[in-house]
Amino acid sequence: MMKALFVASAALALLALPPGAEAGKADDTLNVAFSAEVEPLDNYKIAGREGLILTRHVFDGLLYKDMDSGTFKPALATAWKFTSPTAIELDLRQGVTFHNGEAFDADDVVYTLTTIADPKYGTRYKIVIDWIKNVEKLDKFKVRINMSKAYAPALEMLADNLPIYPNEYFAQAGSQGMAAKPVGTGPYRLVEFTPGTRYVLERFDGHYAGSPKGKPAIKRIVVRTIPEANTQYAELLTGKLDWIWRVPPDQAKRLAANPAVQIVSGGIMRIGYVHFNVAEKAKKFPTGNVKVRQAIMHAVNRQAIIDAFVGGASKVVHPACNPAQFGCATDVKQYAYDPAAAKKLLAEAGFPNGLDIELMFAAMPRPQAEAIAADLGKVGIRVTLNEQQYAAAAPKWRAGEVPMVLGNWGSYGIGDVAMILGNFFAGGADDLVGDAEIKAWIDTGDTATDPAVRKDAYAKALKKIADNAMWMSLWDFNVNFGVSKDLAFKPYPDEFARFYRAAWK
Amino acid sequence: MLRFALRRLLVALLVALAVSAASFLLVFLAGDPAVAMLGQGGRAEDAAALRTLYGFDRPLPIQYAAWLAKALVGDFGRSQFFNLPVAAILWERLPTTMTLGVCGLAFALALSLPLGILAALRPNSALDRIALLVAVTGQAIPSFWLGLMLIVLLGVVFPVLPISGADDWRGFVLPTVVLGYYATPGFMRLTRAGMIDVLEADFIRTARAKGLSAPDVVLRHALPNAIIPVVSLAAVQFGFMLSGSIVIESVFALNGVGRLAWESITRSDLPVVQAIVLVFAVIYVILTLAADLLNAWLDPRIRAA
Repeated sequence: MMKALFVASAALALLALPPGAEAGKADDTLNVAFSAEVEPLDNYKIAGREGLILTRHVFDGLLYKDMDSGTFKPALATAWKFTSPTAIELDLRQGVTFHNGEAFDADDVVYTLTTIADPKYGTRYKIVIDWIKNVEKLDKFKVRINMSKAYAPALEMLADNLPIYPNEYFAQAGSQGMAAKPVGTGPYRLVEFTPGTRYVLERFDGHYAGSPKGKPAIKRIVVRTIPEANTQYAELLTGKLDWIWRVPPDQAKRLAANPAVQIVSGGIMRIGYVHFNVAEKAKKFPTGNVKVRQAIMHAVNRQAIIDAFVGGASKVVHPACNPAQFGCATDVKQYAYDPAAAKKLLAEAGFPNGLDIELMFAAMPRPQAEAIAADLGKVGIRVTLNEQQYAAAAPKWRAGEVPMVLGNWGSYGIGDVAMILGNFFAGGADDLVGDAEIKAWIDTGDTATDPAVRKDAYAKALKKIADNAMWMSLWDFNVNFGVSKDLAFKPYPDEFARFYRAAWK
Repeated sequence: MLRFALRRLLVALLVALAVSAASFLLVFLAGDPAVAMLGQGGRAEDAAALRTLYGFDRPLPIQYAAWLAKALVGDFGRSQFFNLPVAAILWERLPTTMTLGVCGLAFALALSLPLGILAALRPNSALDRIALLVAVTGQAIPSFWLGLMLIVLLGVVFPVLPISGADDWRGFVLPTVVLGYYATPGFMRLTRAGMIDVLEADFIRTARAKGLSAPDVVLRHALPNAIIPVVSLAAVQFGFMLSGSIVIESVFALNGVGRLAWESITRSDLPVVQAIVLVFAVIYVILTLAADLLNAWLDPRIRAA
């Protein structure tokens, strides 16, 4: 609504701007803005990415996922091992204290995980906790997590997705108290906040030595909510902000022209997709026919749409996962842009004169949906676009009421193919395919502990998905960060900004 | 007068109730609130758990009745997003929106009354045309665009004013101008028309004939008579300003109720949406009621109707 009109008129004005003043560096304060309001920092009640970024500064997990090496590093646990396929034993770090002075030990781990895994607590995402059966204290600094099922991504969950709270404070304050005044072991502590709109974090000097997060270089972080993107750009240009993200490619180019600002960009786990209703749970659709699905995949010129609407840093993705994820086999059948082949397949499928079909989309930009519809129109597939709010769209596809859905999936920022296949092909509500063989392979991959076995099982699933054109991956996502020229900031593909690693130049 | 006031009050209460019921329904029509709260990472089983937790699975009339019963005794519940009492959140944000509304209204009146009077004194003159131009521009420029242009001009190119947040009074300057300017045309036109009418009235001719000075005639005799409709418009406009502040609060990153309403709708935070709608409806109703009563008091013919 606001953007289109403004962009045209303000672009010229912004280009002519003087370089900004240096504010953040001078007083050692990193000024950050998000567009969305941030939830209070009880990690387990947060659905928004912004809040989860902040909780990773305030809390620590038992493990830490090092995205540079792709390995797990000791955090609050110094060592861990699977004593059976459904039990992990962890040695806990000694000498760690929480922000309120409480000492960290096994009681904190047992109490936190037991509390948040209880359905009564209302933890937002079951995927984080549903593999936990119970947690036992073995001694003061040793615990065992008994699992309800063998679950390979358990370590991913233990790495910062399951932060540890101080048991005494948490028992007395509860979720509401944790939201009002979060207490963790993390490199920063929350010193001031206005719900939703302003969070002030200060470096915690008692953060344990040897933390994989390191000792932060920047003393204070002030996080504000600025909903209007153009206002963010103006604040960044005048030096009142040091960090913004999700800058669209065209704006990134303009901002980069200003000497006060640098644009840092990085690929993330998120991919765009069209999910076909193959199972036809509710009613018959042309997408029940494999040739129609293959025709659709040949008809869409993904590279051209990237060039025109998505931004040059994105790449076409062929398998039903992000190639950056563990287990994402890329040697699957690919469908090149080929309108002639698409028409031929349509004719073979019994639609020589084309067909009419609905494409529902949510959380994807309309121009991209229109471009896909236009490409399909060229081969005779007449598309009715149906844009919906995510909350209205999800119940419709879960009921199987639409033939195909355009959307995107971020895999919780986790670099493991289980996080996408498990959601869309393993028989859950979002599975519009309902293929028992694929589900079995995914189950094998999700539960096996041997990485080679996992990879092999997922590869089989991905090949069948591609051969039968059950899903069209579109492209991977990139995030542009608008950053002060004084700031050294490195993005990571899990979409969790690590301000504790940022530094002034 | 008392019966008139009571009848108006009853209608006002029914309006507030109807608005609140309608907004409750609209949130559910806009999508599944449990799915909206979870965002894109939520699975169907997560949504099912939330539905049970917050009772979204109960029939709508029962949910609404349960909410209303508590609201009537002043318990607005807890925000599902903030995990805090709704009243506390509203209490924190209401002053920003109120300040903005009052300042915006004051700015609009301060600009439009002199313009309207001057235009009425010299109808169809160059001055009248300029006043008209100012007013029409105010109506024609979308307020978010004006806001962004002022940000570029006074926040970036000539950095004299803060452009986001409201740490002190300076943060309110630009939002006030933008919000107030948009309301200027209505006041200006009404003042002008009223003044032209009144200036032609017999008692003004008499006042002039008595030899009163021109400012005396205009400000003491003509203006109080011409301004009656402006007062009732101002009451209604104030309500518009509170609800119209959604856009302004977004552009200038002010943490007011307007923006809270918008954000709460997008994340289906029902208790907050409901409380805001009710509070706004009541404010609106009170303002309209005040305008009605004021008019009735000023003009006995209205009371009879």
